[in-house]
Amino acid sequence: MHIFICDFLLDIVQNSFEAKSSEVHLTLEESDHLLSCTVEDNGKGMDEDLKARVLDPFTTDGVKHTKRKVGLGLPFLVQACRACEGSFSLQSTLGMGTKVSFSFPLNHVDTPPFGDLPSTLLTLMSHPLAQELVVRRTLATVKGDGEYQLSKSELGEILGPLTSSGTLNLLKEFLVSQEEDLRQYYVEHSPFLA
Amino acid sequence: MAKMTLEELRKLRDEKQSALQKRDIEGKDSRIVIGMGTCGIAAGAKTALDTFLAVLDENKVDNVSVTQTGCMGLCYVEPTVEVLVPGMPDTIYGKVDAATARRIVEQHIIAKQLVTDHLFDRPAADIIKKDGGR
Repeated sequence: MHIFICDFLLDIVQNSFEAKSSEVHLTLEESDHLLSCTVEDNGKGMDEDLKARVLDPFTTDGVKHTKRKVGLGLPFLVQACRACEGSFSLQSTLGMGTKVSFSFPLNHVDTPPFGDLPSTLLTLMSHPLAQELVVRRTLATVKGDGEYQLSKSELGEILGPLTSSGTLNLLKEFLVSQEEDLRQYYVEHSPFLA
Repeated sequence: MAKMTLEELRKLRDEKQSALQKRDIEGKDSRIVIGMGTCGIAAGAKTALDTFLAVLDENKVDNVSVTQTGCMGLCYVEPTVEVLVPGMPDTIYGKVDAATARRIVEQHIIAKQLVTDHLFDRPAADIIKKDGGR
């Protein structure tokens, strides 16, 4: 089971990359008490039959590991969302793409900690199968609103291929500065105060 | 730190690029491949990746390629990392936490010595410790 919300993001967006998407949109909308996430891709999608089975941890396409009978990415996420009374929904059309939406209430005692978003975005941006990834992150709290938007094509155009350690460190610095800018709007999510 | 704009990022990159050309090209053609399947993520592969980047930066090694792959089939010793350095045998390290990631950079990539207690697969069965490095 994953520790951080960011680990779920990483896992689910990777699914999109592996579904041969040419474009993936990751949206993170955070308010005082709720984090809503959407991962939308234009990959191969799923038919009704697969869609019905895919939340079962013992369902896999068997492509990556021919002898393995588990696929834990989505089931882990569903389990985590349920545990903290968040929401989860899956829409998919064969040949068109898939949209996974989920949310975590931030003041529930069983909500996982958020984790390190800049390093997660770095990992996703530099994923070998990622063609285009557009990230939109907003934060709106009682302290004010902030947001940033990034796309892999834009960053790649400036930095070149996102593979060498020097380039990745530059990108990390950039991503950290984006998130740092939102820090002024952070609020404490104490379950005991809610 | 103020929010960096894309223009500032471009400028920073240009500065770094020219500094890079003056520096000795240590680490060139070396590759680190990190297993980032569900098993790797759960075991902390992202911490390993962060540490690799930070330690490479500390040591001013800018041209090691750091990439990711899915599960390598060694889920019991995640996070797993494949390290390919010219002149060294290709190796797969297991149980790579932050401290081990640091050792891999400093010992394997820079000092060119295997970190034998974390070897799990390759270069050869006879140099891997019997307990698989546990």
